[in-house]
Amino acid sequence: MFDAAMTQTIVLTLRLAGLTTVLLLLLGTPLAWWLAHGRSFGKDVVSTLVSLPIVLPPTVLGFYLLIAMGPNGPFAAILGRPLSFTFWGLVVGSVVYSLPFVVNPIRNAFEAMGPRPMEVAATLRASPLNAFFTVALPLASPGLLTGAILGFAHTVGEFGVVLMIGGGIPGRTKVLSVQIFDYVETLDWGKAHLLAGGMLVFSFAVILSMTVIERRLTGRRA
Amino acid sequence: MIDARFAGRLGRFRLDAAFTAPGQGVTALFGPSGCGKTSVLRCMAGLTRLTHGHLTVNGETWQDGRHFRRTHRRPLGYVFQEASLFAHLSVRANLDYGRRRSAPADGQDIGFDEVVELLGIERLFDRPVAMLSGGERQRIAIGRALLSQPRLLLMDEPLSALDRISKDEILPYLERLHARLSIPVIYVSHDLTEVERLADTLILMEAGRVRAQGAIAGMLADPDLPLIGMPRPAAVIDGEVIGSDTEYGLTHVQVPGGVVIVPGLLGAPGTRTRLRVPASDVSLGRKPPSDTTILNALPAVILGAEPTKNHQVTVRLQLGADGAGAPLLAGISRKSWDTLGFRPGETVVARLKAVALDVPSA
Repeated sequence: MFDAAMTQTIVLTLRLAGLTTVLLLLLGTPLAWWLAHGRSFGKDVVSTLVSLPIVLPPTVLGFYLLIAMGPNGPFAAILGRPLSFTFWGLVVGSVVYSLPFVVNPIRNAFEAMGPRPMEVAATLRASPLNAFFTVALPLASPGLLTGAILGFAHTVGEFGVVLMIGGGIPGRTKVLSVQIFDYVETLDWGKAHLLAGGMLVFSFAVILSMTVIERRLTGRRA
Repeated sequence: MIDARFAGRLGRFRLDAAFTAPGQGVTALFGPSGCGKTSVLRCMAGLTRLTHGHLTVNGETWQDGRHFRRTHRRPLGYVFQEASLFAHLSVRANLDYGRRRSAPADGQDIGFDEVVELLGIERLFDRPVAMLSGGERQRIAIGRALLSQPRLLLMDEPLSALDRISKDEILPYLERLHARLSIPVIYVSHDLTEVERLADTLILMEAGRVRAQGAIAGMLADPDLPLIGMPRPAAVIDGEVIGSDTEYGLTHVQVPGGVVIVPGLLGAPGTRTRLRVPASDVSLGRKPPSDTTILNALPAVILGAEPTKNHQVTVRLQLGADGAGAPLLAGISRKSWDTLGFRPGETVVARLKAVALDVPSA
């Protein structure tokens, strides 16, 4: 049913989304904790920056990312070569683009928890780090799960940013959404249907499973 | 011995509280809402840090001008107003949380089975935390704190979030704890009845400061403190069982300045008990009563009298013909006071209508 080009695109997309999600959880969880508990003015600024991709047109974000990752940008200065039009460039772009969708649910979960559980843990001899892993993370698990799923799904569906910084090179930067666009442009409706329909089913399954799992997780302790 | 002083600002509130408490027994931090009791307790736990703080617990300095031990390095147990059990853990795992992280206290430690038995929580192990009643949760929370082998137990109004029934369900457990624990307990409360049942020492707080402190019996009857003017004043008297009358189901309790007969069988001679005598259950006379159903008529010396609302008088007495015994309060009408012409210094006969029994104290 899928030809080689399609399979390549699907695998690439899943790899990109998977990697991005893992990176976002590793980066986003401490960031969310800091945003939930910090008290400085810097917190508001960072919080705004994190949420910018929600309102910014993807082309604007993609444009600046392209400049940052281009031959004269800071990434090239550090890494010795530009990141634009590479798979890792897409990963960096996706991390920025999907950041609010991961950080915000986790942050909300940490805030909803309140300070009490961490205080209780401290009075029971748990060091702050130990309490974070044994109390805060498990209690925030519904938020972590929501964040992970939203981050994954959002990365799978991105179009504007990847087109700007990736260009759509087959096997390297051509992801599903770009592929669908190409099929439509070349009037290959059948293949476009296949991928678009697949995305539709995927998105439906994501949202449905999220609802069910979240109810399970919260229902257990209501 | 606990030596504490905390001073500083919390928002617009100024706290400057200094006190010492015995290294054993229950010390109540008592005062109206908003007087800073809970803040003091949080400071003791290291949960709140003020500009000035000093705390030594039985010879160990937990904080002073230079050092500050963080909460998880203080060997304490803290029972919050709401039980605050970890919702993601089972009852058993909640109990184990502090136990697994604590160093065993040198031979003093309180065992798992003992805590389970003391608090009656064995049959709760398999229930999800969400299915426990308020009183059950609080008992688990107390057990969890005790199992972390604390050398100081801090309790922040552990009963105030509970309804009347749950309160009555928990109080006996607290009393048993009181009899068993060798560590000091600081108990924050704004409910005088709780304090009367549980506390040995009372620290009275007012607007961020310590107004007075001392043994509970003396504080309750102190004319210079507001406690005596509170609704339903009562005296608490600690005593010791000296014998019992099994035929009538009565126990004789030796208290400072007399022997009180109490309904019920309270245990073998030598058992320590606490009696709570509400002022409204004490009447006064000049002669020993005859032809009366009242069992207890004890000589006592009048120290003074404080008028209260509703044309009543709260008379302060001390038991014993020489007035050297335990403090006692009598609530009588002002008319009786004036008609009978009682005077401070006079020896009278105090009749105790009912004696409520409380703590078997340690």
